[in-house]
Amino acid sequence: MNFKGIHVVSVRDFSRKDIEHILNLADTFIPIARGESSSTLMNGKIMATLFFEPSTRTRLSFESAMQRLGGRVLGFADPGGTSAKKGETLADTIRMAAAYSDLIVLRHPQEGAARLASKFSNVPVINAGDGAGQHPTQTLLDLQTIRQEAGKIDGKKIALVGDLKYGRTVHSLAYALAMFDTELTFVAPPTLQMPKEMIETVSQMGAKPKLVNSVEEVIAEADVIYVTRIQKERFPDPAEYRKVAEVYKITPEILEDAKKKMIVMHPLPRVKEISPEVDDTDYAAYFKQAFYGVPARMALISLITGVVE
Amino acid sequence: MKDLKLTPIKNGTVIDHIEAGMAMKVIKILGIPEPDSHSIISIAMYVHSEKMGYKDLIKIEDRELKKKEVNKISLISPNASIVIIEKEIVKNKYWVSLPKIIKGLAKCSNPNCITNKGEPLETEFSVTNGKDIKLRCLYCDRNVTDVLESIV
Repeated sequence: MNFKGIHVVSVRDFSRKDIEHILNLADTFIPIARGESSSTLMNGKIMATLFFEPSTRTRLSFESAMQRLGGRVLGFADPGGTSAKKGETLADTIRMAAAYSDLIVLRHPQEGAARLASKFSNVPVINAGDGAGQHPTQTLLDLQTIRQEAGKIDGKKIALVGDLKYGRTVHSLAYALAMFDTELTFVAPPTLQMPKEMIETVSQMGAKPKLVNSVEEVIAEADVIYVTRIQKERFPDPAEYRKVAEVYKITPEILEDAKKKMIVMHPLPRVKEISPEVDDTDYAAYFKQAFYGVPARMALISLITGVVE
Repeated sequence: MKDLKLTPIKNGTVIDHIEAGMAMKVIKILGIPEPDSHSIISIAMYVHSEKMGYKDLIKIEDRELKKKEVNKISLISPNASIVIIEKEIVKNKYWVSLPKIIKGLAKCSNPNCITNKGEPLETEFSVTNGKDIKLRCLYCDRNVTDVLESIV
């Protein structure tokens, strides 16, 4: 794929080869992301970050990525005080931002916002999350974390745990992992299990996902446990929520049966899904995972602006 | 068909081979009868058909269908045929075909889809014809829950 000028709306826009190209480049950016070396690669380029809803990690890591590469950033972290509040359409805001920048990073509460932006922008648009829709750069950093912290993606036994029905990150991740030679297990209570459509999609891609409803069933075999937040509002009965949340909690006791090199990932923010005692163990990869957002986004930014091929 | 007692039309359109029971839905999506129009519309339902078993049929006087309208019909009755009559003679006859992509013909059923927020855009859906016809919004990537209700 020629990356220059493309919009990044969904991880489905990429092939396995494209993803590997991005991740290989991201690996080379790790020292720059850590501040161990400097770069002027994006010198003279401006990135607009249009965040119509709050985000901590995503916005900061995009901005860090651009600034570490020597580029500049303009934009807003919430729509208050912007023309959107005066009733401006997203289409017009995008046209305006495209006139002021070399690429646009968009987070928006409505699904399909990034697809719309891509139609009205003459500079590349990166989707940084659109409602309950897509969040492709989260998937890229998840994959990079697996590569870096578990050694490689192919051949790994990966369990996705928690709210698999509504969690947007796990849908994109399951899709991307199905492009690789992975053994997927979906661990969730029946009411929050992976949607049928998604199971069909990854099965058609050659994955043979197993469906189980307890972490204990996978802990001994797994190379990666990817935990997601189970949201209280999904349960009409608070007692039922507490019961489920407790069952899917990752604790030092559960990890006693895990392989030594197994890693625990989480897109963050975490609430109670992983107990704090796990943080100091070698299993905890979730804070490193947040870091990999920087090199992964550096790679994407430099590719789509054509600074790197 | 010999026992069919529908008046032939002089000029207009016959929509034939409509899936049995769907004629009223076709009428609905075409928005007919139009206000102030006194042209004859004849509807026959559950007519015996050798090919289909049963079918519906609509004859509309003084009306030719636009491409967009034919595409709408294809979404709810993909095997329908269209016959154009001029001066009591068949001028043209063709089968509707299901487009791969439809633009501006349907509304996304996801209330949080950007296409439902007053943006200057035409909706776009990919169309797949399996057991049922499915519309997938090309903006929010969701399947439309009720195809008939979504047609605008």
